[in-house]
Amino acid sequence: MARSALTGTRIRERRLTLKLRQADLARAVGISAAYLNLIEHNRRRVSEPLLDSFAKALGVAPMALSEGAESALFEALREAAAGVGLTAGPAVGGGALIDPSELERIEEFVGRFPGWAKVLAARQARLAALERVVETYSERMGQDPYLLDALHEVLSAVTSLRSGAAILVETPDIEPEWQARFLASIASESLRLSAAAEGLVAYLDSIEATDSALAAPQEQMEAWLSARGWHLPDFERPDPPDPAALIAQAPELAASAARDLAQAYLTRALADSRLLPLKPFLAALSETGLDPARLAARFGAPMAAVFRRLATLPEGAANLPPLGLVVCDGSGTLTLRRPLPGFALPRSAAGCPLWPLYEALSRPMQPLRLTLDMAGRLPQRFQSWAFAAPRPPEGAAASFDAPVLMEAMMLVTPATSRLETARPVGTSCRVCPRLDCAGRREPSLIAAR
Amino acid sequence: MAEKQVLLVEDEPNIAEAIRFILTRAGWKVSVEASGAAALARIATLRPTAVILDLMLPGCSGLEILAQLRADAELGRTPVLMLTARGQVRDREAAAAAGASAFLAKPFANADVLSALEAIAAPVLAGSALADPALAGPALSGSGKAV
Repeated sequence: MARSALTGTRIRERRLTLKLRQADLARAVGISAAYLNLIEHNRRRVSEPLLDSFAKALGVAPMALSEGAESALFEALREAAAGVGLTAGPAVGGGALIDPSELERIEEFVGRFPGWAKVLAARQARLAALERVVETYSERMGQDPYLLDALHEVLSAVTSLRSGAAILVETPDIEPEWQARFLASIASESLRLSAAAEGLVAYLDSIEATDSALAAPQEQMEAWLSARGWHLPDFERPDPPDPAALIAQAPELAASAARDLAQAYLTRALADSRLLPLKPFLAALSETGLDPARLAARFGAPMAAVFRRLATLPEGAANLPPLGLVVCDGSGTLTLRRPLPGFALPRSAAGCPLWPLYEALSRPMQPLRLTLDMAGRLPQRFQSWAFAAPRPPEGAAASFDAPVLMEAMMLVTPATSRLETARPVGTSCRVCPRLDCAGRREPSLIAAR
Repeated sequence: MAEKQVLLVEDEPNIAEAIRFILTRAGWKVSVEASGAAALARIATLRPTAVILDLMLPGCSGLEILAQLRADAELGRTPVLMLTARGQVRDREAAAAAGASAFLAKPFANADVLSALEAIAAPVLAGSALADPALAGPALSGSGKAV
């Protein structure tokens, strides 16, 4: 990482405090006075060894010259440049809002207009926070089983009321018996409607109170992969690009944490594509069918690699149905989420404890295949495969002095057969309608009903 | 003239009652089935002119019933009016994909149920009206190829 522009400013401030001349300081660190002048005006970057020399000559710790609040400032400015927070707009999959050469001058910008830079960074942070709130709400509106249920309840009551009232009004010769029946139904449906409306209001109030904290860097990476259909054709070439090169072309990965995550992800994806080359893998797949264990055996590959490979094949390859993938570490934290329509994956909360994903964690190395009924307004059935193994599975030798880290994975795909018995599961307790579930760890928002 | 019979698959008793009232007055024979799981069997026994199917049924979604009905060789061509929730575009798309003949969004005007039902049932009624006077075999096998 390059030294910040403010390093130059700090060197200058420190030198002036010490009443040193430029020429003297330049001689002390072994550079020309002209070069020092450029550094002090933030026109040249300071290398690591040179920074140490400056620190020694100025009698301060190197950190004091380099580290500071400005690293967060740079981060925010880079995000602003990448158009983070505008991803729903025209900048989708597209590129940064400004030229890369302009991005190079970020340090100069901060050095020369620190006040404006701070304003821009603050606006960017605010924008990102607001966007997260909006995303949370829109996700709620679209997927929240409680809202959809409540809406269904309202619609049903309104439908009854409207039909019944219209019948009473439009049928002057209605028999007294029918009249009484529809009057009774109008009475009961109006009670139901008011209860549903009260429930909705109470629920909307409770939303206000809930936090909308999101794991932003992981989402950036997942959004980036999602925009590419989770398949990276470049990695299938005989001369695949360096992961770092791909990341450099991805302004969407604005947060440095997102870039680090992407680096780790891509390095593993590259290794997977070498281990399981696309053509033979697809050929084997059409022979064996969707059976991760047989594929792993055929290629002598770890199950985890087969899971990841299956979830990142080109869309429609080998007549493959859409596949979702969720990965967690030993703490149960979801470390990778490729959702599937109908199989929503929670963003920040932990998943449903009844997922085979977690069962696999407690039964390492044992392949689990289960049919799942995902709770929802329209319940959907899925086929799932789960497997847990120590991570990394190969290569790094086990150590007697280090803990073994586990990783569990679960592949899901829409079930084709409805005949098997299925395990009822949900997305996450808070939005799950299965009120009397044995696995429930916190009350459902639906329970407010 | 063939009897106009409709099976209404709807779990909301008050909605079912209202629809039954409206359609009965318009000359339809209306049977009501509240359970999604039993719907298919009822269709097979009743062989109604048309089916009105609620998309949201407890236990078994209307989509599944529709898909199974469409896959049935004998009953597959039964016209189906799907009741969906207003604004649920995805529901409509799913219902269209599963083979619904028409949709009606809740809440609906009473006259709309009747006109939507008559519209989807018209081809069937016209077909059986043609086949009827000839006293030929079953309507399905006859009309097309005989000439």
